Amino acid sequence: MRFWFWRLCVFLAAPVPVILWLYQAWIFALGPDPGKVLVDRLGLAALWLLLITLAMTPLQKLTGWGGWIAVRRQLGLWAFTYVVMHITGYAVFLLGLDMQQFLIDLGKRPYIFVGALGFVGLLALAITSNHFSIRRLGKRWKRLHRLVYAILGIALLHMLWVIRADMAEWAGYAMAGALLMLLRAPPVVRLLPRVTAAFRRDSKIVSNKC
Amino acid sequence: MLIQIPPSSACREHEVTPESIYLSRRRLLAAAGGLAAMAALPGHAQDPSAYPDVEAAKSPAWFDEKLAGTRWQAVTPGNEAVTPFQDATHYNNFYEFGTNKGDPARNAGQLQIEPWTVRIEGEVGKPGTYSIEDLVKPHGLEERIYRLRCVEAWSMVIPWVGFPLADLLKRVEPTSKAKYVSFETRLAPEEMTGVRSGFSLIDWPYIEGLRLDEAMHPLTILAVGMYGRILPNQNGAPLRLVVPWKYGFKSIKSIVRISLVSEQPATTWQSIAAEEYGFYSNVNPEVDHPRWSQAHERRLPSGLFSPNIVPTRMFNGYDEVASLYTGLDLRKNY
Repeated sequence: MRFWFWRLCVFLAAPVPVILWLYQAWIFALGPDPGKVLVDRLGLAALWLLLITLAMTPLQKLTGWGGWIAVRRQLGLWAFTYVVMHITGYAVFLLGLDMQQFLIDLGKRPYIFVGALGFVGLLALAITSNHFSIRRLGKRWKRLHRLVYAILGIALLHMLWVIRADMAEWAGYAMAGALLMLLRAPPVVRLLPRVTAAFRRDSKIVSNKC
Repeated sequence: MLIQIPPSSACREHEVTPESIYLSRRRLLAAAGGLAAMAALPGHAQDPSAYPDVEAAKSPAWFDEKLAGTRWQAVTPGNEAVTPFQDATHYNNFYEFGTNKGDPARNAGQLQIEPWTVRIEGEVGKPGTYSIEDLVKPHGLEERIYRLRCVEAWSMVIPWVGFPLADLLKRVEPTSKAKYVSFETRLAPEEMTGVRSGFSLIDWPYIEGLRLDEAMHPLTILAVGMYGRILPNQNGAPLRLVVPWKYGFKSIKSIVRISLVSEQPATTWQSIAAEEYGFYSNVNPEVDHPRWSQAHERRLPSGLFSPNIVPTRMFNGYDEVASLYTGLDLRKNY
């Protein structure tokens, strides 16, 4: 398998945050409301992973290295895993598994409904991420997996709705998301190879001089 | 790194001593006059045995003088355990110092609390600017152990030290036009990192308000201390409001202005999202906040796998205030 070592590194690194946080919770280092802290962090980690996944294609285009694409699916599945843990944490730590309250929240609170929508979207992508589905769906697979752009929008909206008074943190994530979308706009995509070719040429000249 | 893996049966320090025992120990001490003796020692005015994890603090002379005569446990929440001091001081909402719960403890040290003056104005016979010393001097301090319920669905039990707001208001003689009381938090951008944020939705300074009869209710206090010591900055030093039957954000911190007014004041949270934060904000399990169900709350500290979820009580359990709202639709006036 190509890039097997790189894939293994990513696979081992991705669960590190949640293991660390569970350990912190275990030794009472997350404060008096560890459930809330953990649920927030899991959600944020899912957003980070989604953004990182979406950065793989532009990075491949910029650097020409195939390793980025080799871990893209894995990272997407990790984002899904963190979303699952985020929702499980919400149900267990914040609701004490009161499923009736879960349904009430779902119907009453737009941010929870939208979050659930994002989960369903990611679930569809996770289920169809295997080779069999890719072969089976053919051209439709690519169209289906463009859904990830909508899911990013949903995730940002979900986060925006939770904010009480300060948008600074959210604005940072929204800007990162906007940049990743911009790098996919057709004119930018056409321009990118030329930019990177020029960049590579320059660096070669510089290294020759040395 | 030292790897600590406590067994699941291990309890946290605050769980070791039953509250009734350490409270009775304090009563014994007080009876022995130990409290008065300790008050004579500079910097040791608080009773260290009452709350086990309290950090010692250097308190101003006016506070030490008053503490000796404090009436301890004037109000208690029955046999509900007091939240550990560490949690009550490191899990705070004080958006002037940042929006994360840990930010106030980190950043509020910048707040200059000496000298401190409070302006009392509006529909009063005796308006004026009072130093904190003069403001507190005529009042006897009491310890009030109150439940504190945040609109975010968590709650704590905190032993405040303060005096009834009504006593202060009577002193300044409200006129017949006074219908509401409006409060303002200190605004000092150079000391407050949250105020300097360019992305904040809050139009500083922070403003809160009460109806005059709510302000005059004997449960409403102005606090100058907690856990037998001076208020830490992140908890609203040197002077804050505590209205135990309302959501925490009504209990405004670090007050610099108290105005008696004839019109209902536009409060900070109401101005940001009126459909979420009403003027009254009485704790009410029947009326949901659009983002958080109010039927239950997490009493802190709450464990990860044994979340301490308890049902929320009407008026946070302070039923004696119900008569203030007879004839008022609490669904409309949330």
